[in-house]
Amino acid sequence: MAAVQDAPMELDAEKETKPEILSDGTSNLSGNTASGTLSSPPLTAGGAPKQEDQQTLIAVLQFLRRNKLTESVEILRREACLEDQEDSQTLDGSGGGKGDGDGGDANSLLSRVSIASAAAPQIISSTSMYDQPDVSVVLSAYSQQGDPSLYQVYYSSLKNFIESVLDCHRAELSQLFYPLFVHMYLELVYNNHENKAKAFFEKFSGDQECYYQDDLRILCGLTKKEHLKGNEALLDFRTSRFVLRISRDSYQLLKRHLQERHNNQIWNIIQEHLYIDIFDGMPRSKSQIDSMSGSFAGETRREVNKAKVFYGLLKEPEIEVPLDDEDDEAENEEGKPKKKKTKKDSMGSKSKKQDPNAPQQNRIPLPELKDSDKLDKIMYMKESTKRIRLGPENLPSICFYSFLNAYQGLTAVDFTDDSSLLAGGFADSTVRVWSATPKKLRKVKSAAELNLIDKESDDVLERIMDEKTASESKNLYGHSGPVYGVSFSPDRNYLLSSSEDGTVRLWSLQTFTCLVGYKGHNYPVWDTHFSPFGYYFVSGGHDRVARLWATDHYQPLRIFAGHLADVTCTRFHPNSNYVVTGSTDRTIRLWDVLNGNCVRFFTGHKGPIHSLAFSPNGKFLASGSTDGRVLLWDIGHGLMIGELKGHTDTIYALKFSRDGEILASGSMDNTVRLWDSMKAFDDMETDDFTAATGHIHLPDNSQELLLGMYHSKSTPVTHLHFTRRNLLLAAGAYNSQ
Amino acid sequence: MTEREERRFAEVPRESIKLMAESTGVELSEEVATLLAEDVCYRLREATQNSSQFMRHAKRRKLSVEDFNRALRWSNTETVCGYGAQDALPFRPLKEGELFFVEDREINLVELALATNIPKGCAETMVRVHVSYLDGKGNLEPQGTVPTAVQSLSEDLLKYYQQITRAILGEDPHLMKVKSVSHDLDQLNRLLHMVKSLVQNPYLYLGSYVRSLVSSVMYCILEPLAASINPLNDHWTLRDYAALLLSHIFWTHGDLVSGLYHQILLSLQKVLSDPVRPLCSHYGAVVGLHALGWKAVERVLYPHLPAYWANLQAVLDDYSVSNAQVKADGHKVYGAILVAVERLLKMKALSLTLAAEGGCAGLPGTATGAVGFRENSLGLSPPPEPLSEPPLGIASHLQAGGAGCPWEEWTPVSLPAMYCELYSFFGDSLAVRFSTDPPLGGAPPSGSRQPLEGRKEPASGAPNLENTRKMPQLTASMNISPRQDGSPCMEPQPPSLAATVPGRSLARSSSSSSVSRSRSSSSRPGRSTSQSRDIFPKARFPLPQVGPPAFSFIIGGRQMGRRCQGRRFQTSFTPTPPLTTLPPRAYAHKLPVIGRVSKPVRRWTCSHYSLHLPL
Repeated sequence: MAAVQDAPMELDAEKETKPEILSDGTSNLSGNTASGTLSSPPLTAGGAPKQEDQQTLIAVLQFLRRNKLTESVEILRREACLEDQEDSQTLDGSGGGKGDGDGGDANSLLSRVSIASAAAPQIISSTSMYDQPDVSVVLSAYSQQGDPSLYQVYYSSLKNFIESVLDCHRAELSQLFYPLFVHMYLELVYNNHENKAKAFFEKFSGDQECYYQDDLRILCGLTKKEHLKGNEALLDFRTSRFVLRISRDSYQLLKRHLQERHNNQIWNIIQEHLYIDIFDGMPRSKSQIDSMSGSFAGETRREVNKAKVFYGLLKEPEIEVPLDDEDDEAENEEGKPKKKKTKKDSMGSKSKKQDPNAPQQNRIPLPELKDSDKLDKIMYMKESTKRIRLGPENLPSICFYSFLNAYQGLTAVDFTDDSSLLAGGFADSTVRVWSATPKKLRKVKSAAELNLIDKESDDVLERIMDEKTASESKNLYGHSGPVYGVSFSPDRNYLLSSSEDGTVRLWSLQTFTCLVGYKGHNYPVWDTHFSPFGYYFVSGGHDRVARLWATDHYQPLRIFAGHLADVTCTRFHPNSNYVVTGSTDRTIRLWDVLNGNCVRFFTGHKGPIHSLAFSPNGKFLASGSTDGRVLLWDIGHGLMIGELKGHTDTIYALKFSRDGEILASGSMDNTVRLWDSMKAFDDMETDDFTAATGHIHLPDNSQELLLGMYHSKSTPVTHLHFTRRNLLLAAGAYNSQ
Repeated sequence: MTEREERRFAEVPRESIKLMAESTGVELSEEVATLLAEDVCYRLREATQNSSQFMRHAKRRKLSVEDFNRALRWSNTETVCGYGAQDALPFRPLKEGELFFVEDREINLVELALATNIPKGCAETMVRVHVSYLDGKGNLEPQGTVPTAVQSLSEDLLKYYQQITRAILGEDPHLMKVKSVSHDLDQLNRLLHMVKSLVQNPYLYLGSYVRSLVSSVMYCILEPLAASINPLNDHWTLRDYAALLLSHIFWTHGDLVSGLYHQILLSLQKVLSDPVRPLCSHYGAVVGLHALGWKAVERVLYPHLPAYWANLQAVLDDYSVSNAQVKADGHKVYGAILVAVERLLKMKALSLTLAAEGGCAGLPGTATGAVGFRENSLGLSPPPEPLSEPPLGIASHLQAGGAGCPWEEWTPVSLPAMYCELYSFFGDSLAVRFSTDPPLGGAPPSGSRQPLEGRKEPASGAPNLENTRKMPQLTASMNISPRQDGSPCMEPQPPSLAATVPGRSLARSSSSSSVSRSRSSSSRPGRSTSQSRDIFPKARFPLPQVGPPAFSFIIGGRQMGRRCQGRRFQTSFTPTPPLTTLPPRAYAHKLPVIGRVSKPVRRWTCSHYSLHLPL
């Protein structure tokens, strides 16, 4: 919300306000949600009415006040210019009080407003249970009710209607079934009509799409009003409106029907809890709808994905690369590259011109390149000249790193970019680092010993290492729960690990000790990932937010809130300006690091998302989920462009080859599959129409795109990595059972 | 739907709640118990659902107690301790009353603490890297999944299939084809045993799959395995067992494989007539023929013998060191042939006798054959088909196959002629004796050796030793070690032949029944009938008891030959009456090599061994 132009300054400001809220010990889930909206009003940022925004702000202010965060209150108030309204609203709210619950027949919009304002005093008054106010806000929307015994009649009459309409409309209107079903069921439960709720569930749950089975299973266990209060997933179902996309014709049809029948109950639910995104044109087909639906909160609203995303790559810094024909000694002597030299043999041809889709070079402040980084870049370019060009006829060789004796405890793996180090996170809270080359791992000598070293000598970097500590692997102890995510820094000096204990730890690979423990998530942290330029990293966890950190700040710089369930995996965009997160709510969100906004929102997966990968050119995204499908996305257009079916179990690893020609996917079904990603990207037709409407028609060509399937020996594939020469490395723990 | 859904969950009935409350001294009303029960169910489900995400993030398939505890901990509930062990917890009912509980054994901590057998620490976690797929080559077909033919199976059969493949191949999904295991004797052995149990499974209708089974068995019999190169590998056993299995398949599933019989005969014959093939393949062909019954031997092996003999002889005559291995193999083949023809002779004689007997009953032709077949084919013979057919039927089949053998002029050779011819090859090694034939050679010991490995095909081992010892060429030059350690004790020759006299007379009396064979049967086989019943079957097979003890003596010891590598052996001899004159040697003049056979044989048997007593 605070769109400060100067990025570093803004980062600092952000840092000062938000983390305080979050580090507050009481911040439970609802608290996080509230503060999350502070950092970035996620979905509603664009099109939601202004009034709603204000309501949110007021609620946040109340929360802050309750927690005695007066400073933050001041800042927020100042920034939002809210004083007057807020005060008046508060007064209004305390006056209006709790009368709202009885005002049954108020029209929807009005009731929402009054509910929200009624919520404010409740926040103040209730101190015993923190999530109470939010819950009542949410649930009080259900207080108005029709005759519970008529719910079945309402629903079945709608069902009959939808089944009787023309085929082209039926598919679209069928989307209504699920959200209506859930809302009506919950409404019955909320109003203590337990038996009626059960009967309702029994009668209509069979009609729902099969990919909603998991949700239905949760629902059917829930029969008491008390249960509603503790169930966060359903809370979110309420707070966010379920999004449907329906063509105008179909919508008119529905509207007319409901008005003719005076089916107010259903109309009210549609008005209050659903968001119907109406588009002009042909109704969509069943397969089109199915490919996009399945998420916890319905589909994407069209306008959400309209924001401009700078998916292009940043210009490579100009580093003079030694010519190839120079022999090795010469190259070593010229190891120190001269900066600011006009390039004559720059390898990064793509970096010469500014990509029109690339962000400003300094859009996000990036760390200066160190000499060692430059050396590494040179190495990278040298290696890339020797890279094997992959394609359908030229598949990569696969090396498998099997973890033996892991006792089912391997939870995360990462390789360094140059494939020299390998890190594993384990369920026994340890992180282990192996050297993947003959070079052993050595610690830096102790401070006392370092004092004795001649600092002027040429090989000082070699001298500081302690030969006695050389070993193939090192153990890092510090976490107090399973380590769910590990990530190397690009310069190979640091390692990040995220754990069930709610912390992210930064380890030095020079001393093999823990440098920082980043606290803030308070709940298990499922994943973490370093920015491709270092310095920043992102983490996501059970608290349903992703956080952006800088290694030298102990508090997060951004909080990306909006997911309705756990954030299961996080990845940085190659240009470091964006962060993508996958969630248990079966959606993927792309966040802008600069302002914390959600700029892309992808739905279509039918299960929690466990792996994400950007294509090397930054244009595409691949995502894998528990349903065994890989989906491909075009970031620029915000469209799904491919579906790769074949895996039979959760996909835990995805990786594009260095040139982006091959996509490798690794799964719990003990296979690695290679897909022809170039073909998948080329095949998609992105005319203006599809780009405008987002109605894609996916050809079912998974079999054509599958280039190879490779079995491991009872070893689930946990991680995949392409070396700089395009050798595919896979890793997983051998499972003897 | 609800019903169905609800049943997926464990329900805690309110009675349980009440019982639990009582156990802590709280009295609950019905109403409260019901409410509590519902809430407990809900909370349990919630915790379970929450715990599953810990499982997913740990990249496991199995929900662990730890996962559940984590879910409890994060929902501010006390965790349940003490169930983290990996072993399954038995859930037991109590006899009186419907009470179920998890067994909770008491553990003596003192004992545990003072225990001396401290378990070793778990092995260190490590990483091993190997190149799995080079250039992504050759793996496009799904390897771990079942072949398409299998996919149509029902669930039970699929399970059966998986069990079988696992039993044969172990857990390695890469070895899904017989070809890929072709040179691992262990795996081939396992495969054969599996085929056997498949064949024996009375509940499994193999249908057309028998053919593929037969083909894999044939592979084991004939293929010159890589493992055969190393003399230490016991591929002979494999071939013997495979041959036995082949006969078993034909015996039990004759109806399914009738068409295959001739095909197999043909392929065996082809192998046999191909001199390029290694001897181990020849050996396989011989044992295969033997397993298919004496008819097969008569029709394929016997006519082929003259031609093959020359090759074999050449091998056996080569004394060079480099040839030693091949020679050893040659002996093996020799032994197999010997066993086969012995059996052939015996069965032929038997069938003739039966024919004679059957002739008395009035049905000379087919009935005879059938009976004879029944008699002799216990366990080791093909289905009735070969006998019920006119003799030329098979020949014509094989002719069609274009075999290089003189099938055209095949006619049933009369027993005496056959015997004479065989004797010309094998000399005294032939265990079958027809004493009525005047010129029968000196009493050869019909022996058998039984190595301690316990051969499955017993007969094959028997001649092995014999040819080491008794091949005429070996007499002087080979060091025939068994003689040294096993004392060739002589037994007084009992009046064995007395017993055979009645049988002979019987045979004579019925000799006129068979037209073509009347001449032969009239004079000789009569005795052989009784002989074969009394003595030879026992003598021929290596079972320890060799005829009446009075007749036999046993040589035992350790064989020192290069090939045998100190193998233990035991040989039983049954001396038979010596014969004074040489048998007619039909091939002596044709085959110079064999020409040498005659003299040494006699000299050797008589002078060196003296295993017989002149009557």
